[in-house]
Amino acid sequence: MAMNSDLTGLTLAEARDALAKGETTSVELTEAYIAAVAAARPLNAFVTETPEKAIEMAKASDARRSAGTVGAMEGLPLGIKDLFCTKDVLSTASSHILDGFQPPYESTVTTNLWNAGAVMLGKLNMDEFAMGSSNETSYYGPVANPWRPEGDNRTFVPGGSSGGSASSVAAEIVVAATGTDTGGSIRQPASFTGIVGAKPTYGRCSRFGVVAFASSLDQAGPMTRTVRDAAIMMGSMVGFDPMDSTSVDMPVPDFESALTGDIRGLKIGIPAEYRIDGMPPEIEKLWQQGEAWLRDAGAEIVPISLPHTKYALPAYYIVAPAEASSNLARYDGMRFGLRVDGNDLTETYEKTRAEGFGAEVQRRIMIGTYVLSAGFYDAYYLKAQKVRTLIGQDFEQAFGQVDAILTPTAPSAAFAAGEKSGDPIAMYLNDVFTVPASMAGLPGMSVPAGLSDNGMPLGLQVLAPAFDEMTMFRVGGVLESAAAFSARPRKWWLA
Amino acid sequence: MSLDKDTVRRVARLARIEVAEDRLEALGQELNQIIGFVEQLDEVDTSSVAPMTSVAKQKLRWRADEVTSGGQAEKVTANAPASDMNFFVVPKVVE
Amino acid sequence: MRDIPTNPDNLIAGETGDWEIVMGLEIHAQVSSNAKLFSGASTEFGADPNSQVSFVDAGLPGMLPTINERCVEQAVRTGMGLNAEINLYSVFDRKNYFYPDLPQGYQISQFKQPIVGRGTVTIELSDGSTKEIGVERLHLEQDAGKSLHDQHPSQTYVDLNRCGVALMEIVSDPDMRSAEEASAYVEKVQRIVRYVGSCDGVMAEGSLRADVNVSVRRPGGELGTRCEIKNVNSMRFIRQAIEHEARRQIEILEDGGKIDQETRLYDPNKGVTRSMRSKEEAHDYRYFPDPDLLPLEMEQEWVDAIRASLPELPDAKKARFMADFGLSEYDARTLVSDRDSADYYEAVASGRDPKLSANWVTTDLFGYLNRTGINIAESPIKAAQLGQLIDRIIDKTISGRIAKEVFEVMCETHQDPDAIIAEKGLKQVTDEGAITAVVDQVIAENPDKVADVQGGKEKLLGWFTGQVMKLSGGKANPQAVNKILREKILGD
Ligand SMILES: [Mg+2]
Ligand SMILES: [Zn+2]
Repeated sequence: MAMNSDLTGLTLAEARDALAKGETTSVELTEAYIAAVAAARPLNAFVTETPEKAIEMAKASDARRSAGTVGAMEGLPLGIKDLFCTKDVLSTASSHILDGFQPPYESTVTTNLWNAGAVMLGKLNMDEFAMGSSNETSYYGPVANPWRPEGDNRTFVPGGSSGGSASSVAAEIVVAATGTDTGGSIRQPASFTGIVGAKPTYGRCSRFGVVAFASSLDQAGPMTRTVRDAAIMMGSMVGFDPMDSTSVDMPVPDFESALTGDIRGLKIGIPAEYRIDGMPPEIEKLWQQGEAWLRDAGAEIVPISLPHTKYALPAYYIVAPAEASSNLARYDGMRFGLRVDGNDLTETYEKTRAEGFGAEVQRRIMIGTYVLSAGFYDAYYLKAQKVRTLIGQDFEQAFGQVDAILTPTAPSAAFAAGEKSGDPIAMYLNDVFTVPASMAGLPGMSVPAGLSDNGMPLGLQVLAPAFDEMTMFRVGGVLESAAAFSARPRKWWLA
Repeated sequence: MSLDKDTVRRVARLARIEVAEDRLEALGQELNQIIGFVEQLDEVDTSSVAPMTSVAKQKLRWRADEVTSGGQAEKVTANAPASDMNFFVVPKVVE
Repeated sequence: MRDIPTNPDNLIAGETGDWEIVMGLEIHAQVSSNAKLFSGASTEFGADPNSQVSFVDAGLPGMLPTINERCVEQAVRTGMGLNAEINLYSVFDRKNYFYPDLPQGYQISQFKQPIVGRGTVTIELSDGSTKEIGVERLHLEQDAGKSLHDQHPSQTYVDLNRCGVALMEIVSDPDMRSAEEASAYVEKVQRIVRYVGSCDGVMAEGSLRADVNVSVRRPGGELGTRCEIKNVNSMRFIRQAIEHEARRQIEILEDGGKIDQETRLYDPNKGVTRSMRSKEEAHDYRYFPDPDLLPLEMEQEWVDAIRASLPELPDAKKARFMADFGLSEYDARTLVSDRDSADYYEAVASGRDPKLSANWVTTDLFGYLNRTGINIAESPIKAAQLGQLIDRIIDKTISGRIAKEVFEVMCETHQDPDAIIAEKGLKQVTDEGAITAVVDQVIAENPDKVADVQGGKEKLLGWFTGQVMKLSGGKANPQAVNKILREKILGD
């Protein structure tokens, strides 16, 4: 029998194959992970651990396997971002306002994963309502990045908002995790923790049962150790869902089959506007390295222009808060979650929401309320939606010339906890490279590509045309092989 | 555009978030920083641009007129801070 | 706004001169559908609390709206009934505000681009005149839940069964000038939605309710400030509320005061309108397109197919009844007041005298249905039976007078007229021999009256006819009786 650490060291594809060969069982694998999760509590990656449910699901999986029914994710233990509603299991969006909320329903994405045979280890910590880029806004406390620079004992952020997902994948305490990405919440934390994070085209993953942040941007996606793992897992998450009016009824390709390792003749765009002022040299260097890897693999590098890149972030900080201010109106203390009594109805609303929402969420609700309010709608929201059209047109034009686009995922490596939490704008700038594709609804992924000068992971981002995740995975796979990123964090939490 | 105290108070009220009187000023400054940031968009000429309605280029799908849900009052009210006889119970509403 | 000439009959005399009321209405009509606009929960009326609530309706986290095609179709049908433009492209917006019966914190409605645009409704007034009322738009939106304030002294109970039921909000132009016009407009809209089958129009159950915007001004002068009277739920209350509100506004203005633009409620018990206190702050609904829903797009062919399937509408039916059946405006208006009455009438009139049929339906049958409170669709006297009765008058089997008697029996026993005529032996006697025998008897018993007639008092012949009819139990054919009497007495 394999050692526990050997089991948790397997990638998703390796664990899948080991299960298929009978080298291990889902129960065995799940027990190893349950122990790893318990040992990694200093990371604060979980809001809720569900070990009993996990064992139960693992047993059922093993039984299915003996009966000859094997799903694409059969027996694989996952962590689920706490933005996904899971039936009868506390689902909080890492907010105080969802205290005690146990949904009587399951999100479509998690339903799909369970139908594919996956096992749930628990619910993962995140920025409150997915609003943040460092996982420091959670009501359940910040999540620690498993990575620390050599000789530095400070806690570093894992990025956000899917910080618990990123951290737990990087720490090898889950096989893989679900994330959600509104402006970069899968890709940026993936970059910060040296893992793969992929966001499909808007409309691929059902939003049904996922707590809404900004409806026109929110997409779920996999966070995994390898590109292959991401391709396998995405295949089990996506699919048409009649319960979500923005879900797209399109055939789902076999994403894993995109990993041919062959990108000869592909045209890869390098957008000039992503070379921003004050970009750290290590980021610039990594980007050029990525360019070189793809060229060496036979791709043609094409300089392109995405002229409205600079305006994506300001437009995002109008559209996302506006939608959020409305989406979060339902958290009012009347039908579920926290209620703080006041002297009358209005006071009850105001106290509930003042106490139930953290500072960043309140800030965004206020911004969103302001930009939609009488007299300001045209100047802000309408303007931002027009800029969004221009951003979409930029990409359309670019994808007339190239098959995929290569950029850095984030403008820096992970930073120390507390370093940026006092400055919203500095924090927002973390997403400067991820937001444009979100605004256009395009697929994108972050692939670990190297280490910063202080030894922290850095990712490169691959963007592809709408519904062409195949090309995204194909390029991502080649990038991964070329980078051969093998560094792993020291497991300081075990000490 | 900048948010003064009165505007912050009005916005907080619209959003139903209690903000202490002595916090209005500081909160206004925080929000102004963000509003200042997003106002970069003024530089973009959008005079002949249509606003994006949806990134998903498809038509709204229609559902058949069939009853597929209901009969679950207990589940609907299960998470309520207060309920009675399957009603949600809320602070008295004065009309 | 259209220029509508002032009608002097509509003016209200004040202390300082005449006033004119100006009104526009917003009607909320509940769409007839099995399921709600954006969820699969039932729309049925009067179920247990929160038993017809899906997780979508309850605004639970992560729940998303999906649109019911039937509701779209009903809005289109209604738009056609209102002679309105159908917009192939429309958009759902969120109207944001906090209220315990609004679980999502916003109502999904249509703001800038509604499904139905401009239309017109012709209203009919008691003096026989008609008037065109402009319709600004019709849009689809969700109904809210229900708050019960009397269950508990310090708490409100919320039931979300109504929440999410599809409503059509029909907004008129400010074209109405009297309480009668306003209620005639509501009645007409009610008739139209019932004809096209898009709403049952039952005001008492709230499936049709009106918000009335009332202002007053000097005849033909500048528009005054308006007040909105919310959710008036009967025709009578609409008229009362308008009259009270107009009088209230005139009093304020004549005292040199000023009208506050506000929302008011009509209290039918006290017969007054009162301000709704929730107006302490101005509303700012922060409308924006609902990002959970894509724009609503319809194919022209689909819309055309709906138009082809539309029933004949009341105005067209009335015109046809007048032209083809020679009915009076009044009879035609009465008969088209609902589809069942019109259908019943057409069944009776088919192959028969249309005016005689109209008389029997509007007078006798409607009288009976009114007395008994029975709906025409459930009438125990079927159109074929009433037709048979009319046939017996026309073929002279019975007289009109006997027909009334037969009808009374039909009301009681619901039997066929032929069966009643046979059973009671009511068949008219036309046999001259039998009638002559009775005439001879009457002449023999009244020699003095015979002399009077022969002496010139021909009017007395009517008395003789009555006597003969009486003795024959009403069965003698009156024309035959008259003829024989004249022969015998006057030698005609
Ligand atoms: Mg209205
Ligand atoms: Zn309305």
